[in-house]
Amino acid sequence: MKATLWGTRGSLAAPGPETVRYGGNTSCVEVRSAGGAVLVLDAGTGIRRLGASFEPGLKRVDILLTHLHMDHVQGLGFFAPLFTPGMEVHIWGPSSATMHLRERLTRYLSPPLFPVLLRDLPCDLQIHDLMRGELAIGPFQVSADLISHPGPTLGFRVSEGGRSLTYMPDHEPALGMKDFPGPARWMSGFDLAAGTDLLIHDTQYIDAEYAVRAGWGHCTITHAFRLAELAGVKHLVGFHHDPSHADEMLDAMAAEALGSRQWPFRYSPGLEGATFTIA
Amino acid sequence: MAQLAIELILLRQWASYLALPVFIAGADGKLLFFNEPAEALLGHRFDEFDEVPLERLAEIFVTTDEAGAPVSRTKHPLGVALLRRQPAHRRLHIRGFDGVTRLIEATAFPIEGQQGGFLGAVAMFWEAHKR
Repeated sequence: MKATLWGTRGSLAAPGPETVRYGGNTSCVEVRSAGGAVLVLDAGTGIRRLGASFEPGLKRVDILLTHLHMDHVQGLGFFAPLFTPGMEVHIWGPSSATMHLRERLTRYLSPPLFPVLLRDLPCDLQIHDLMRGELAIGPFQVSADLISHPGPTLGFRVSEGGRSLTYMPDHEPALGMKDFPGPARWMSGFDLAAGTDLLIHDTQYIDAEYAVRAGWGHCTITHAFRLAELAGVKHLVGFHHDPSHADEMLDAMAAEALGSRQWPFRYSPGLEGATFTIA
Repeated sequence: MAQLAIELILLRQWASYLALPVFIAGADGKLLFFNEPAEALLGHRFDEFDEVPLERLAEIFVTTDEAGAPVSRTKHPLGVALLRRQPAHRRLHIRGFDGVTRLIEATAFPIEGQQGGFLGAVAMFWEAHKR
């Protein structure tokens, strides 16, 4: 299984000379099985380049949406497979208490926000409500669970051949906790992360920012480190970078979080274009 | 022990900031959490407890109605919320760990998670004024 980061930015696309290394596109990760099956995690602006990269002959793509905030769906209307006749595209994501995923998506993918209607897309589009539970998608086993973030928001654990990747790009596990991390049983996202080979996780803030943004649905790089340590994660990838954080600041955040301590996992800052082999 | 559902985790964080006693029970009837004001009534810190079956809670609290008759677990608002999955409110006398009998108003409601999943119930106690 291989994961490629096509968009690592959070909240808002942030292209510019100061974000060239970490990238400006919003959340999108491609997961490829050993046999070439494609799973796409979120449809932020990074999905446009991903869609243009697919090899001719690809017949099916599955997109898992963590939630429907704009930075996770904005690229959907620019994803080439949606406009490819005969292409099978499955979109999986959370319903709300009152609306199915299809209705929720059409709030964005319809005029006046977008000119093309979902029903007019030429591909074979299938939209599936997904909440907590397990499902098989081709060679992938997917575990989904609700995690701490405003509105129904899923985290995913994708497994193939005994290896796993966990994806929680928008996550506030420390919300309201006086002594983070606390016991595992009371930690949002713990089961999805426990023992995973690769954890792609929210690292949006530094401590001073979190102090004034608690409840916005994100966490600090320190929180992510502590969660990864408690959960026995093997490799942590920092993700969902704040749009105001330039490359130099993101380097400094990683250096400070790593400090002089020997953490029991490997850490990689999430750079757009980075690829991780999970074998 | 497996991680609890996010709805329960967030309820705990909410309860931990309130100044009135709050109890959270799981769908199986076990008491999962109580906050600091509830600790004062129970005479125990939450950290000292394993999960407590609801029957045990009835032993800790001596609960009677306004006329002094015992209130069974199934008639207690938390019991109603858990067993019948309905909201319930009732005036009760409780004698807590400290031996003091208090007139309280107890409100409980079932926790229905996403997709209608039943996850347990919450009970809150208010000190009541005599009529």
